[in-house]
Amino acid sequence: MPCVSPDGKPTSSGVALLKSLKNGALSPKEIASKTGQPLFRVRSGLRELKKAGFVEEAEGKYGLPKSGKCPCSNA
Amino acid sequence: MAEESRTEEVGLPVLGRKAPDFEAVTTQGTLRLSDFEGTWLVLFSHPADFTPVCTTEFIAFSKIYEELKKRNTELLGLSVDSVSSHIAWIRNIEEKMGVKIPFPIIADLNKEVAKKYGMIHPEQSKTETVRCVFVIDPESKIRAIIYYPLTTGRNMKEILRLIDALQTTDKHKVATPANWNPGDPVVVPPPATTEQAEERLKEGYECKDWYLCMKKLQD
Repeated sequence: MPCVSPDGKPTSSGVALLKSLKNGALSPKEIASKTGQPLFRVRSGLRELKKAGFVEEAEGKYGLPKSGKCPCSNA
Repeated sequence: MAEESRTEEVGLPVLGRKAPDFEAVTTQGTLRLSDFEGTWLVLFSHPADFTPVCTTEFIAFSKIYEELKKRNTELLGLSVDSVSSHIAWIRNIEEKMGVKIPFPIIADLNKEVAKKYGMIHPEQSKTETVRCVFVIDPESKIRAIIYYPLTTGRNMKEILRLIDALQTTDKHKVATPANWNPGDPVVVPPPATTEQAEERLKEGYECKDWYLCMKKLQD
């Protein structure tokens, strides 16, 4: 599912991915295992979240930006 | 000058080659072929949303979805309809037939993916994709291709059997005979030299002759 809505906020799928990163950066496989989402959807979702600035990537691992706070609720 | 009748050539993918890459809008967001690396993928096309045979196929694909997951295999549908049309159709299937469609569907309005995979056969339809099935392995190589005409719905048991056969071949370095199903004897690769042919008969396989030897797989 798309992880960022047209208004720029993370969707519930996006929030689930972001929550999985609260304790540190993870690889897409680790995120898929932690969230139960299919790997293809995790990869696609991370791409969207990265483009929107919600996650950062380094050496194949994705983490929350150090400067920002986790938008772990889309309410 | 008489106008020559022209048949548009259809470029077809080739078994064993890397599957053509794509980035496409789907009902589950923008997906790339590379998003599926590490899993098997059944990429299939259907002619159009809201059509009878396609609806029966979508219900049937949904019913084998969990079986495919057990085989580390994902499903990805495609037609030249829009995302809005796909969403309306899968909502209609859920509402009227009680079946939720769990897999993404590519909205290939500009036929970009369809052309890369040779999914449009002009003698069948100039505007719709025929019923294609591409089995793509975890390294993104095309391992099997099935084409069905617009009139004929696909057999889900055969798609599952095909994936079982390909995965068995990869795991055990064997081939699978006609009508093979998991648990049946498999074919030992034919010998490449006369020496191997003679030795083959002493190796304890079930041999009809030196070139046709079968064995049971040990799990």
